[in-house]
Amino acid sequence: MNETSQQTDSLQDIKDIRRIMDRSSRFISLSGLSGIAAGVCALAGAVVANTILKNYYGSYNSQGFFSGDDFSRLKIRLAGLAAVVFAMAFASSFYLTWKKARKQGLPVWDYTSKRLAWNMIVPLVTGAAFIAGMLRYDIWIFVAPACLLFYGLALVNASKYTLSDIRYLGYCEIVLGLVNMFFIGYGLWFWAIGFGVLHIIYGIIMWSKYERK
Amino acid sequence: MEGLIRRKSMKNPITGLSKVFESRIRLGVMSVLMVNEEVNFNDLKEMLEVTDGNLATHLVNLEENGFIKVHKGFIGKKTNTTYSVTKSGEKAFTDHIIALENMIKGMK
Repeated sequence: MNETSQQTDSLQDIKDIRRIMDRSSRFISLSGLSGIAAGVCALAGAVVANTILKNYYGSYNSQGFFSGDDFSRLKIRLAGLAAVVFAMAFASSFYLTWKKARKQGLPVWDYTSKRLAWNMIVPLVTGAAFIAGMLRYDIWIFVAPACLLFYGLALVNASKYTLSDIRYLGYCEIVLGLVNMFFIGYGLWFWAIGFGVLHIIYGIIMWSKYERK
Repeated sequence: MEGLIRRKSMKNPITGLSKVFESRIRLGVMSVLMVNEEVNFNDLKEMLEVTDGNLATHLVNLEENGFIKVHKGFIGKKTNTTYSVTKSGEKAFTDHIIALENMIKGMK
């Protein structure tokens, strides 16, 4: 055994240590394609929501009045749409991440992903409950900013447990949510930018940085 | 692993290398515990891809050396044993890494 092979051993040790530290502390299988998929779902949802709202306000203008029934139907439609968009975005992102993890030979549901999920869920469920509370009092104008703010905080929190680049997406969502507070009434636009456009941009950046061959 | 064991017999001018970390598994356990506050047995096993018996032996060794702390707890009725690194374990591991780095640098 000579010095060179001893060096190779040391180098191998250091590499192993780094690999294990990375693998055990962060969930690294989050796919950039997930971001793109979620963004596309959000944009499609925003387009449908826009059509629903246009129809609603269109009928309101032509008839000169609007009934409480119409309004509650609108609420149910929008809530249903939100649920469908969320389910589609979640399912497609999960599938793409699962595919990436399988390609890397890593488990999807392990210590790191559980911890990541929990640290996302806490701020997201808090946000969802808060928004539900506002809707109880028919306060609609803050729904979009609240979505963006809580989601942004969730991402900043989650960035400690996955590829840290997601932190910058979180900052952008927070800024967008705060700016939205000064442009009440354009919520759908801000929502589409935050959940649609930003996700797609982030997804493309992540994909070209970590996954493109 | 063989290489690491062989190194033991060599006269080594670099201090700081710890014999405890000549085992790949013990080195792995320490690597995990350095970046995670507290990890339980099953998660360690999954991360390091080792068998129960093998991991248990190495954990006992690390505990006897005072490098890790063992916390025995319960989740419901099931036992949940978690492990964390001690101050002296942290120091030994850091010294070991510095020694490894010196070895890579110094022998060029």
